[in-house]
Amino acid sequence: MKRLISPLAALLVGASLAATAQAASDTALDAFKGQKGTLDIAGGTAHIPVMKKAAQAIMESNPGIRITVAGGGSGVGVQKVGEGLVQIGNTGRALKASEIEKYGLRTFPFAIDGVAVVVNPGNPVSAMSKQQLKDVFAGRIVNWKELGGEDAAISLYVREDGSGTRETFEERALDKGTAMQGANVVNSNGSMKTTVAGDRNAIGYVGIGHLDSSIKGITLDGMIPSQENASDGSYNVTRLLYMNTKGEPQGLTKLFIDYIYSPDGKKFIASSGYIPLDK
Amino acid sequence: MKPSSSAVPAEERGASGRDPARSVLRFAAGIAVLGILLLFLMIIAFALPVFTEQSAGGPFSRIWAPGQGQFGIQAMIAGSLVLALSALCIGWPFGLVLCCWLFCPVNGQSGFARSARSIVGFLVRIMTAIPTVVYGFAAVFLLTPLVRETVGGTGFCWLSAALMLAVLILPTIVLLLSAGLAPRLERLLPGGLALGFTRMDLMWFFVLPEAKKTLFSSLVLGFGRAVGDTLIPLMLAGNAPQMPYACSAGLRTLTAHMAMVTSNEVGGAAYNSLFMAGALLLLINALVSLCACRLECSSRQERKGGRR
Repeated sequence: MKRLISPLAALLVGASLAATAQAASDTALDAFKGQKGTLDIAGGTAHIPVMKKAAQAIMESNPGIRITVAGGGSGVGVQKVGEGLVQIGNTGRALKASEIEKYGLRTFPFAIDGVAVVVNPGNPVSAMSKQQLKDVFAGRIVNWKELGGEDAAISLYVREDGSGTRETFEERALDKGTAMQGANVVNSNGSMKTTVAGDRNAIGYVGIGHLDSSIKGITLDGMIPSQENASDGSYNVTRLLYMNTKGEPQGLTKLFIDYIYSPDGKKFIASSGYIPLDK
Repeated sequence: MKPSSSAVPAEERGASGRDPARSVLRFAAGIAVLGILLLFLMIIAFALPVFTEQSAGGPFSRIWAPGQGQFGIQAMIAGSLVLALSALCIGWPFGLVLCCWLFCPVNGQSGFARSARSIVGFLVRIMTAIPTVVYGFAAVFLLTPLVRETVGGTGFCWLSAALMLAVLILPTIVLLLSAGLAPRLERLLPGGLALGFTRMDLMWFFVLPEAKKTLFSSLVLGFGRAVGDTLIPLMLAGNAPQMPYACSAGLRTLTAHMAMVTSNEVGGAAYNSLFMAGALLLLINALVSLCACRLECSSRQERKGGRR
């Protein structure tokens, strides 16, 4: 019963949050008054939810502005902004020196994307080493007994290809390794949560902002996954999310970047499961 | 259009009165046909370059690992076919039995059995209107723990998805079968009952052997429905990009694959391989529809012939 109620409750809370965000945003959106034009954004997929929420809020209050948001990955983000095809190119990694030099890019880190390894709260295992984690996702460790848990087969859950969470996890926790082909694939942080919460033998990963009591974060090499530890660097399965512009941002581009750093923007960042950064 | 239509003589009014309606109909039909043609054209135009530029990791190879430059969708093709066929194997016999039960009450049945029949008949009709996401959502909480405990694995597997897809296609099958079988049974009833056959005898010995086309077209359309569904495989089949090998293991269908990849990719080889997947799905469903259409036409003629 409780399991059925919690999604409902989450919906209600979400709706009320959206309502308050609507009320507060009137002030931060004032900067866009009287502005007209088009802004094109492309690049990292992890950025898309934040960009889309911000773009929607801006376009709703200012019909003269058109903002398009596309994905493509970090490489596409750099290339498109560098060649002037878009005004903002997003990357999930710091720019390389060669890229900055070649295109004259300016970079704006705006959020921390941390990924927590999670298991069912009923699972006695609550810590493992990175090597053990790699073995689990590669299919070399297949029973919880080998990790000091119950005698039960491990159910592996991963995110779909191209997901920003998967990218961060594979890059930072598996050291650019990948999970075995037979792992179950789910397609959002939300469904990862419901799945892990419903399967006692599950292991998966979520964006650190999605951790709650329905799932249990695994302590990895002694690092406890939490928002605080991710922001002060003591938990390192994280990466920064960047917006990049060609030269100093101007006009609508500058306003948009400032909006992402405003309290409104921070709300969108937090609701997408990331930790906002100051400019 | 200066004179009002009332001033026009009667015969002419008849002709001109028909014309606007006819042109509206033609226009609507034209748009529908054009839409379908455009859909085919677009998908094929996008899929063709992927098809002609065959490389080592192209869409017809076996392994899907975009990180390593491998974009094979063979496993997904197998997943779609295998899942739809297994759903059909479960759903179709059920549908047939249910249909026979609905139409063949035993003589002198109790009031309870009669009301049970009408309730079930009503429920089957209601089931056609339930969105698949509702089935998927309910099954995530109710079916998967059960499957996990009985056959092992994670519960998100071939079996769970096949069971729910069978439920999904059941009403389609029952309605198609009853539309085809009921009139035949009705025609035989007066004479058959007078000769001492029960309704079930008539159904079993006379109606079913003569209704091969109806049976087959319900199979074909049930398959089309099962292969085209996205949400049930996406939510229940586990989506592991591997050849289906056990009923407790995950598989990925073409539809679920497209849903997953489109949410993240814009451009690139992974994205392009989706058009291949889309073209294949379109092809499968077009074949199914053509098949069903031919069956429908020939069975209609057969029925007409029978009546004469």
